[in-house]
Amino acid sequence: MPPVLELRGITKSFPGVLANDAIDLSLEKGKILALLGENGAGKTTLMNILYGLYKPDKGQILINGQEVVIHGPSDAIARGIGMVHQHFMLIPVMTATENVMLGVESIRNGIFLDKAKVAKRIQEISKQYDLEVDPQAYIGDLPVGSQQRVEIIKVLYRQADILILDEPTAVLTPQEVEGLFKVLRSLVASGKSIIFITHKLKEVLAIADQIIVLRSGRVVGSVDTKSASQEKLAAMMVGRAVNLVVKKKPASPKDVVLSVKDLFVRDERQNLTVNGASFDVRAGEVLGIAGVQGNGQTELVYALTGLSPLVSGEICIMDKPVHHTSPRNILERGVAHIPEDRQKHGLILTFPVQDNLVLCTYYQPPFAKGLALQQKIILETAEKLVEQYDVRTPNIFVPVSTLSGGNQQKVIVAREFSRPIHLLIASQPTRGLDVGSIEYIHSRIVEKRDEGTAVLLVSPELDEIIALSDRIAVMYKGQIVGILPAARINKAYLGLLMAGVKPSEALETTPATIQEAEVERVF
Amino acid sequence: MTTNLAQNNQKKSTPRTRLVSGIVLIIAGLAIVLLFGRNIQPGLQSTFGLTPQGDSNVIPIPDLVLPAQPAIYVLALVTIFLGAWQLARGIRSTNLLVGLVAFCYVAAFLVWAAMGRSMDLVGMMNTSLVRATPIALAALCGVVSERAAVVNIGIEGIMLLSAMTSVMLASLTHNLYLGLLAGMLTGMFVAALHAILVIQFRVDQIISGVAVNIVGAGASSFISNRYLQISNTLNNSGVFPNLAIPGLVKIPILGPVLFENNIMVYLMLILVAVTFVVLFYTRWGLRTRAVGEHPKAADTLGINVYMMRYVNVILGGMVAGMGGAYFTIGSVGRFDKLMTAGKGFIGLAAMIFGNWNPIGALGSSLIFGFADSLQIKMQILSIPIPTEFLQMAPYIVTIVVLAGLVGRVHTPAADGTPYIKQ
Repeated sequence: MPPVLELRGITKSFPGVLANDAIDLSLEKGKILALLGENGAGKTTLMNILYGLYKPDKGQILINGQEVVIHGPSDAIARGIGMVHQHFMLIPVMTATENVMLGVESIRNGIFLDKAKVAKRIQEISKQYDLEVDPQAYIGDLPVGSQQRVEIIKVLYRQADILILDEPTAVLTPQEVEGLFKVLRSLVASGKSIIFITHKLKEVLAIADQIIVLRSGRVVGSVDTKSASQEKLAAMMVGRAVNLVVKKKPASPKDVVLSVKDLFVRDERQNLTVNGASFDVRAGEVLGIAGVQGNGQTELVYALTGLSPLVSGEICIMDKPVHHTSPRNILERGVAHIPEDRQKHGLILTFPVQDNLVLCTYYQPPFAKGLALQQKIILETAEKLVEQYDVRTPNIFVPVSTLSGGNQQKVIVAREFSRPIHLLIASQPTRGLDVGSIEYIHSRIVEKRDEGTAVLLVSPELDEIIALSDRIAVMYKGQIVGILPAARINKAYLGLLMAGVKPSEALETTPATIQEAEVERVF
Repeated sequence: MTTNLAQNNQKKSTPRTRLVSGIVLIIAGLAIVLLFGRNIQPGLQSTFGLTPQGDSNVIPIPDLVLPAQPAIYVLALVTIFLGAWQLARGIRSTNLLVGLVAFCYVAAFLVWAAMGRSMDLVGMMNTSLVRATPIALAALCGVVSERAAVVNIGIEGIMLLSAMTSVMLASLTHNLYLGLLAGMLTGMFVAALHAILVIQFRVDQIISGVAVNIVGAGASSFISNRYLQISNTLNNSGVFPNLAIPGLVKIPILGPVLFENNIMVYLMLILVAVTFVVLFYTRWGLRTRAVGEHPKAADTLGINVYMMRYVNVILGGMVAGMGGAYFTIGSVGRFDKLMTAGKGFIGLAAMIFGNWNPIGALGSSLIFGFADSLQIKMQILSIPIPTEFLQMAPYIVTIVVLAGLVGRVHTPAADGTPYIKQ
């Protein structure tokens, strides 16, 4: 029997880039094929070709052994190809039913939408594949995990046999990822075939049958999951051996740089989300704040960086209190901020790379003289930073929005690290990045620590916290429930604290596990 | 969709906003007494006519006669009571609250204005509907095209041109229906031009709309000065006669307000209903809304974004053309330059106030129409407010309504942004 899907010699070039270079792959029925590669390796381009969004320059697409030409998404849908996009293609102000039926509407009495019929079919699909969704719910009210289920139902509703999932886990919590994997397994069990695009090694090994690794638009390897290992895959992806463990010397903490006492902060909806948090960060150490997302970490960082006012409590940076202090004033004291949402708070997406690189300092000499910007100096500085921080960009004049996520993050890191800083506040610094970029940013953070900068690291990724931190504070419901030296905890204990178990009880349940930390990072 | 609307319109009220709005309401209630309740001779009555004079079609009912002073005090008390209720318990729907208070004010004003006289209330309501007709058609044009994410601020210009062409063709052919058709075709062509500019060539939608307005105002004024003001054969069409709907017109109050109008008012009401159903209950509507909210999502599902936008903008242009025709062949039978007097823009305000929903757009058009008819009535009653101020009423209502609306409506997410297919 021929494979369900076969690509032969797919080539696609964009001005200046060869995005796909003679790519071959084949997908067997009832299997999960993982397409692994760093950001910008050409995974998404390839899948957009398959889905008819791009036209290939060369190459053939065969479905069930027959050559087909796909002119657009409707062609792809008609041939049983469905795609779950990385950024969901859902309309927030419409219900799940309306979103699912869009484009293939059921009609009653000749003209009216038959929502009841579609809702019923959605419930059938829900039941069959264990995809729990309320057909009447508005998409905007649903959590990300449910939105993704609607996306999958949308594809199944169109009777797709080949499902393409583009970075499906990037936006999910670990529990939601588990749920997704269960669904994927039940899908292949019922005869569907799946292409799973990702850059996360751990997930590939957990779910895929076959792995194809892309690098710079080329297939660099096709391996069976059984014979694959994280190190091997990482090396294939990046093109060199990758350090999966962060190397660092013991910290030598000095004076307190940031001190927080009894801090209370409200979120946008006026709920108190930080409830009396207290902690100190010293020069030359990394304090990691661990916690399940939504326990006040975001608001804590907002308060520390002046983005939102504090209700009560005290924040001192370099012994000076922060109260109704503007973000600019705070960063002028030597605070660097790597924000959680780099596209919203970290960059001005439509501005060129060079302007984004001087966003914190453009108004000061040497970048400004009186009212005039010194374009020449900005340009030279930007060129230097791009070089020094290895930002991959065609030039420094393109809008920063055209860069990949990893390179956008490097722009922020370059900007923040290139000025004299005493305190670094890094919120999810490697969110959505590939292995190479993660390795790079982690080593830079450790480097800053060794130079004597105080580092506050906030991340829901436990592995990242454990790998980088010297001390770990666990945040639960807006409070710091415990601060422990990193050398003395392990994951099980941290996990209990994060779930709201009291430190004393947590100790009892894991008595034997308080030992040397396994300083190991798994992607 | 109604639930969706409610979601967008109801913000969580915090204790502080409740306190403030409660106190404001109590002050507003006292203001009613101060504004309208002073220096009233006790025993003076306000009479509101509920049966049009000399209209034999309607079953007559007695006039509504209110003692002026007590009526004003009652309305003031209702407002104060609402304030107290808000302080004590909180009223869930802000819209309801604002609506009730606005009603109290308008009613108190009417009682005050009609004091010792008789006011034809039914006639005024009918005038409101008639005056709302071109506004509602403009708003409907806005709804249809903005739901597909194309902003059309050229409605004013389209209406001017259509008003002119419709009266010209109607005068030449002595056929009002041909005139109406000419108006709609004019609207269609101008909208198509706008569509090509903004969809195909991605010209900024505001700039293209402004251009349409300038061309519309300039061309129609020029032609009017050069030809229409001189030649009666081109600018004397007559108007659609009023068409009483047998049976229904007999219903007291409702009959003379709704069922004794010219065909364009009926057409407007039918169009509002049809647009509402099409927008929310048919395939076309679903796709239109999808294209206006998230064109890329629609595209990935095989929907032709450009085609949807073209057709919606062009259909909208036809509706606006009908609104333009109303000014001449539906109302006065001749064209005068700049006769639309900003109704196209007021229509856009009505569209926003109506939350991009055809029924809402009609409702807010009626508010503007009411402000307009109130102003006419006040001039006739010669109440002691200068005419110039009274004539501002619809425009002031526009500003107040829009200012109070910030953040309370849902604009189609992609509104005003061109779609670039990869």
